[in-house]
Amino acid sequence: MDLSVILFFVLAGLLVMSSLMVVFLRNVVHCAMALVAALFLIAIFFLMLHAPMVGVLQVLVYAGAIMVLFLFVIMFLNPNTPEPRRKLWWGFGSLAALLFAGSLAALMTNGESADPMSVAEVFGSPEMLAKSLFTDFVLPFEIASVLLLVAIIGAVVLAKREP
Amino acid sequence: MIIDIGIIAAKAFLVLFMVLNLAGILGWIERKGSALIQDRVGANRASILGFAGLGLVNTLIADPLKFLTKEDFVPPQGDKFLHTLAPCMALFTALVTFAVIPFGDVLVLGERVINLQVASLNVGILYVFAMGSLGVYGIVIGAWASNNKFSLLGGVRGSAQMISYEVAMGLSVIGILMVFGTLELQEIARGQGALIRDLLPESASFLRSTVGWLPAWGVFLQPLAFLLFFVAAVAETKRIPFDLPEGESELVAGYHVEYSGGKFLMFFAGEFAEIVTVAALVTTLFFGGWQVPYLMRDGFHLPWGETVLLPQLAVTALQVGAFTLKVLFFCWLQILLRWSVPRFRYDQVMRLGWKMLLPLALLNVIVTAIVIVAVQ
Repeated sequence: MDLSVILFFVLAGLLVMSSLMVVFLRNVVHCAMALVAALFLIAIFFLMLHAPMVGVLQVLVYAGAIMVLFLFVIMFLNPNTPEPRRKLWWGFGSLAALLFAGSLAALMTNGESADPMSVAEVFGSPEMLAKSLFTDFVLPFEIASVLLLVAIIGAVVLAKREP
Repeated sequence: MIIDIGIIAAKAFLVLFMVLNLAGILGWIERKGSALIQDRVGANRASILGFAGLGLVNTLIADPLKFLTKEDFVPPQGDKFLHTLAPCMALFTALVTFAVIPFGDVLVLGERVINLQVASLNVGILYVFAMGSLGVYGIVIGAWASNNKFSLLGGVRGSAQMISYEVAMGLSVIGILMVFGTLELQEIARGQGALIRDLLPESASFLRSTVGWLPAWGVFLQPLAFLLFFVAAVAETKRIPFDLPEGESELVAGYHVEYSGGKFLMFFAGEFAEIVTVAALVTTLFFGGWQVPYLMRDGFHLPWGETVLLPQLAVTALQVGAFTLKVLFFCWLQILLRWSVPRFRYDQVMRLGWKMLLPLALLNVIVTAIVIVAVQ
């Protein structure tokens, strides 16, 4: 067997394990750290698919920034008592999981298998990403940045105390 | 195939070996340097069989031995697993950053071309920031798992400080990325081998004749960016004047109050490895990396037209030597800084990061963009 295939299955096993830990561990900080591990492993998958830009952004944005804020909130609220299990949540969760699994299965059986080597060598490189963001998709890009700016201003206005 | 893997493994080993040993030596230099600055005799207690003459060697052996034989204490109310994981993450992120830093140009041995850089990623500098952002976890998790109020305060301070300064650090580098047009650190180092007169148009004859002979190092092209980057990077290492997360007089030792023995050694080594990494980054981005001024691949091309030819191995040795010297200089500068500057207050740290460094970095980006458009 090829070395990269072995690596894939080892990493995939770890990923599934850490994802299950996010759901089933009782301590919230442990769950958060398991989620960080899962995000990091996904980033390694992107690296193995020759998309270092996406992989690095995954670590930078999700594992490095968003999860730190999650952890902040968890640590400040310090929820010592574990959440009581609710039957309704289980119902919703199972339904969502079933839908997701179904759509994944449909995708895998229907779609023609994409050949990973058929894309150009520079696909996903920083140059190409920047070029398409600032030429073909400049309007959606600017709209998204304005949306983020509005969100930031809104947060500042809400957080600012009246003198 | 086997040889290729062997070369990569050898490069990785060499880099880790150098960084870890340099971190150990820096621990000794810091103590000796502080003694020198405070006008006292320092770090002379470690003697082997009554012989204290070789202070460096003795301390290098005595320090880890002392750390490793101490009791490894975990607070009874703390989280045992995360308490162990935190120092590992701190050391890991400090060490892996070095993978994308080039320490020499390509070395051609027969038909084999060896790139003197462990991993050549086209996202180079982003990888550095990604690993730096993961470094926050070592502090936050270590602080939380210790179940100590001082630790937690230190952890919260540390993570807020690191996130704030990461913004300024990232923005200050953008000027460099605009000038050299790449994220790859090896390409940035290579781009700094040119002279400033090669970058300027013919019409700028005054600038060409006055500063044209300077190598196109980042510090000459982006002096403000260098200052901002260096300040932000020192803040990222959480040392004086930015050592609020540890602040001995307020928080005892901050996030690593409850650490002893080998785990403390890992935090300690991680901090010194970060110093080395910051020094290497500043060198690569702003001081030409492995470039020696006027040294091309076949020898020296002096600006007044003289040429001194050198064999390729000598050129490579000179480059690696120059890189090492520059890194050592910036390590020394950081240690000097730690012992000569007083600590900021916490609100001052935050104000410096958000109200000084960030606007200046944005200004630098705008000015750089205007200049680049004007030159083209």
